[in-house]
Amino acid sequence: MMKAAILLFPGINRERDMQLAVRQSFGHEPAIVWHKETGLPAGTDLVIIPGGFSFGDYLRCGAMAAQSPIMQAVKTHAARGGYVLGVCNGFQILTEAGILPGALLRNAGLRFLSMDTMLRVGRTDTVFTNKWAEGDVFRAPMAHGDGNFTADSATLDRLEGENLVAFRYADGNRNGSARDIAGIFAPNLRVLGLMPHPENLVDPLMGGTDGKPLFDALAAA
Amino acid sequence: MPAKAGIPSLPRPRSPPRLPAHESPLMKAIVTVMLKNGVLDPQGKAIGQALNNLGYAQVGEVRAGKIIELELTETDPAAAKAAAEEMAKKLLANTVIESFKVEIAA
Repeated sequence: MMKAAILLFPGINRERDMQLAVRQSFGHEPAIVWHKETGLPAGTDLVIIPGGFSFGDYLRCGAMAAQSPIMQAVKTHAARGGYVLGVCNGFQILTEAGILPGALLRNAGLRFLSMDTMLRVGRTDTVFTNKWAEGDVFRAPMAHGDGNFTADSATLDRLEGENLVAFRYADGNRNGSARDIAGIFAPNLRVLGLMPHPENLVDPLMGGTDGKPLFDALAAA
Repeated sequence: MPAKAGIPSLPRPRSPPRLPAHESPLMKAIVTVMLKNGVLDPQGKAIGQALNNLGYAQVGEVRAGKIIELELTETDPAAAKAAAEEMAKKLLANTVIESFKVEIAA
């Protein structure tokens, strides 16, 4: 069973949602790790960077958090082939840290988007997506002001060519993301970043369980 | 399940250390950060739209960026510029989407 650690930076506010999603699927409590730590708990398999507004989104979303002491340990973990999941601000932090390519710009319409969106699943031979079938569409809440994924066209071509687009917006591209990209994998398929929040739909009490397959897949890994 | 599993309290804010008089800032680096050409700038677009709405029909494309002023305890302008450029690459600009320019003002 995977041992998960959820990172906590000042201004992050989704760590408990993530904790609940992990607890439900994994059956045990993930560690919460403060960003000033220089190492991950021994035996950590999966690092989760949750959403929120780390460091008040000052300068650029995720820019300060990407420089926090814990991120050096996350880079080492990822380079060793460890699993990493970044959601929303977590995705922004992963791009700012250079662990995933591209960047998240201000939404094209300048509005903060707080609504449900539909996501289409790309490949399913990954530790994150194997409980879905390719092309499955599921509902995911989103809540972001800077979710407009961008990268130079060579990078976008590479992401598509190497089949590293994890999820695309399936019901309209509201934030202006290049090629409708909502989430991407690292080349080794062990790092996933996405803007919407699967952790906010993991219990009937939340209005649905559309996001649960992500955590069930990780739990079974 | 352990209660409040290790959720730490936030550190207390500390006031920045005062520089002794002899180390007072001697140089100012002005870092200008702009989105690269070709990167959509919705903020610039909105500003342009607002200016057009105010009747400034002569306004075409608008680009918005930011200026970051750094006080540096450096005496050598070349060293100050090199340091500020390093800071810009590391933190102040995201070179995936932004370009920057450093000017030194004595």
